[in-house]
Amino acid sequence: MKMRKTTLGLATAIMAGTLMMGFEAAKAQDSIFVPLFTYRTGPFAGSGIPIADGMHDYLTMLNERDGGIGGVKIAIDECETGYDTKKGLECYDAVKPKNPVIINPWSTGITLPLIPKASVDKIPVLSMAYGLSASARGDIFPWVFNPPDTYWDGLGMILRYIGTQEGGLEKIKGKKIGYIYFDGGFGKEPIPLFEQLAKDFGFELKLYPVPPGEMQNQSSQWLAVRRDRPDYMVMYGWGAMNTTAVKEAAKVSYPMDKFISIWWPGEDDVRGTEGAKGFKTLNWHGIGTDYQALKDIQKFVVDKGLSKAPKDKVGELLYNRGVYNSLLIAEGIATAQKLTGKKVVDGADVRRGLESLNIDEARLKAIGLAGFTGTLQLSCNNHNGHRPSFVQQWDGAKWVKISDLIEPMPDKVKPALDAAAQDYAEKNAGWPKRTEACDKPS
Amino acid sequence: MFYRETGQFKTNYADDMALLPILQDRIGLGIILFVAYVIIPFFGNDFLLSTVMIPFLVFSLAAIGLNILTGFTGLISLGTGAFMGVGAYACYKLSSVFPDLNILLCIVFSGVFSALIGVLFGLPSLRIKGFYLAVATLAAQFFLQWCFVRIPWLYNYNVSGAIEVSQRSIFGVVVTGAKAAPESRYIVMLVLVTLMTWVAANVLSGRIGRAFMAVRDMDIAAELMGIDLLKTKLLAFAFSSFYAGVAGAAMMFIWVGGGEANDSFNINQSFLILFMVIIGGLGSLLGAFLGAAFISSLPTILKFGLPALGIPLAGATAEHLTYILVGGLILFFLVVEPHGLARLWQIGKQKLRMWPFPY
Repeated sequence: MKMRKTTLGLATAIMAGTLMMGFEAAKAQDSIFVPLFTYRTGPFAGSGIPIADGMHDYLTMLNERDGGIGGVKIAIDECETGYDTKKGLECYDAVKPKNPVIINPWSTGITLPLIPKASVDKIPVLSMAYGLSASARGDIFPWVFNPPDTYWDGLGMILRYIGTQEGGLEKIKGKKIGYIYFDGGFGKEPIPLFEQLAKDFGFELKLYPVPPGEMQNQSSQWLAVRRDRPDYMVMYGWGAMNTTAVKEAAKVSYPMDKFISIWWPGEDDVRGTEGAKGFKTLNWHGIGTDYQALKDIQKFVVDKGLSKAPKDKVGELLYNRGVYNSLLIAEGIATAQKLTGKKVVDGADVRRGLESLNIDEARLKAIGLAGFTGTLQLSCNNHNGHRPSFVQQWDGAKWVKISDLIEPMPDKVKPALDAAAQDYAEKNAGWPKRTEACDKPS
Repeated sequence: MFYRETGQFKTNYADDMALLPILQDRIGLGIILFVAYVIIPFFGNDFLLSTVMIPFLVFSLAAIGLNILTGFTGLISLGTGAFMGVGAYACYKLSSVFPDLNILLCIVFSGVFSALIGVLFGLPSLRIKGFYLAVATLAAQFFLQWCFVRIPWLYNYNVSGAIEVSQRSIFGVVVTGAKAAPESRYIVMLVLVTLMTWVAANVLSGRIGRAFMAVRDMDIAAELMGIDLLKTKLLAFAFSSFYAGVAGAAMMFIWVGGGEANDSFNINQSFLILFMVIIGGLGSLLGAFLGAAFISSLPTILKFGLPALGIPLAGATAEHLTYILVGGLILFFLVVEPHGLARLWQIGKQKLRMWPFPY
């Protein structure tokens, strides 16, 4: 009887809380609200946790060290999505009334339904190096940004690197290149371009899809790789898929220095496997804490106990990836403040800020990240930047940069990008024409 | 005292056989419909409508479908997620081939495709029963999920493989796409669910429903009585998959608004709907609604409601706590009443009849 009463009481309290939450209006703010969509649970948590920590810590560092951006504190709120589209949309609906200035979905699956909503709700979507590749076209997708590279640029760079390994792009003719990929949007997206490039350069392409539910069971794919013996393997994976792929590749004794992945695998994905030495990935920013901003993060955030990251994880690859994402957020907000003259900027302002993003060497030095990454300029029509990246290799203990900056293949990628963007606008009847004005480059 | 039907006399057979013979039941349903149609859209905020109510309605539709199959006909099916997916992709193809067709009609017609596929995968039910049928429908789940990824015609050869939902309107009000207001989408969903529940309630209390229940209780006896097992079981699969297909189409077009559909219709979805039916109560329409509310709405309510109550919970902790709480509540309710929440409500009604006396 007593238990029933307490249960009833608890249920009523929860219902009351929900109704309060369901029926109350949005509150005003004197800070800039940046929600962080993270996944610290689920099969992608291995990749999601360091990214979440990096993103959270950089913004917290700005709050602690500088009192925010332009003197306005950043209100950070993490919402758990578990890389699930439905939960991502729940998070989006939950944060919308709080006037967020930017959304970072960190999942291509969540980004896709948010793309049409961005222009209606007036909240820019920053899908850094993921999401819909066609959203690089700022004239068709004014509210979506995906710097510094699209997945197609990444493919171009990997192929150029293979070309340098073989002594020239024309020498790839006749080779066999295998592609193991996450059998979802982000893995399937480069395939048409890959097939086109296979025709252009004369190599044979073999596909090895990994279903999302079977990420940790790739033995059949890698047995097929052992049977086919491709000269190079290219991987587009995320979360547990990367870890398992590296393990399986080592098990079938695939030569690791011929195994090149897109920019997602982190240290945790390769550390556990003995034979992972020689594995290569793309990257565009530095690793380690040898930068002023990273040192500030350690001083103002980690040492003060404001970070969820273990001390030794600060400065690792995916942590710094999160830092880069927050760097873009911070620079977008700062540019928006400069453009509009307002201190507390909103989503539309940050969109203009991102569109006029100009991170040059001087700016990088000023924010304490000199040498961390390359420069980035976005514009009205170019929401991506198509920046060059380098290739790094796992030497058993750390990532080592083994190549110079490699340019993407704009002559191959641009027509495909334009076609995809046009296709999207046509298929989605009623896709609004861009009405937002272009700011002159400052 | 409240549920006494004294003084309510029926003067013809039609009244006697009505779905809701007691006046109190009708008043109760009227109040629920009033709250659903008037109070919630007018006074609820966007979060309540988009994140709590619309998913609840989508899942309750799917749960009604599975309840017809598993609760009323006794055929365990683990393919509900895939049938929902069939509905979603069918609706996408229909809406791209007939761009001017009313979206509600698209959604309802996509249920027909889902029903046909359901009949196809329901053919094994004529030979196998129980858990073995569950495995056969599991094959449906995996095969159809494979089809969604490997047949590019289904997603119109999109590069991203995603379903794209264009803006559609009904009577000038935008109901799909980014510009659709949560209220419009909610009302469309509500009308759809109300109509389909009304159809299901009438079918299940009539000749066909009784045939289903006879097959559930003892199919050999049903066959001896003259019920054609072939037709009845396949009709159960068709009916149930129709509801699942409409739920899937509604989910993609009205709730989520497009995107990668493959992962949304996986085996976890099938299990989730099965759990909704089990916890809600097998063989009861009310159970479908209660189960859907419990499994789909409760985690959302806990995840966002507990912080709203003032309990400081970060994202991941709220997620973990939600899993623990919901799991604990499932255990609690199944221990207290193994026949589900609908049975608890039935017991409650009995108590209300006798109140204030205990028996």
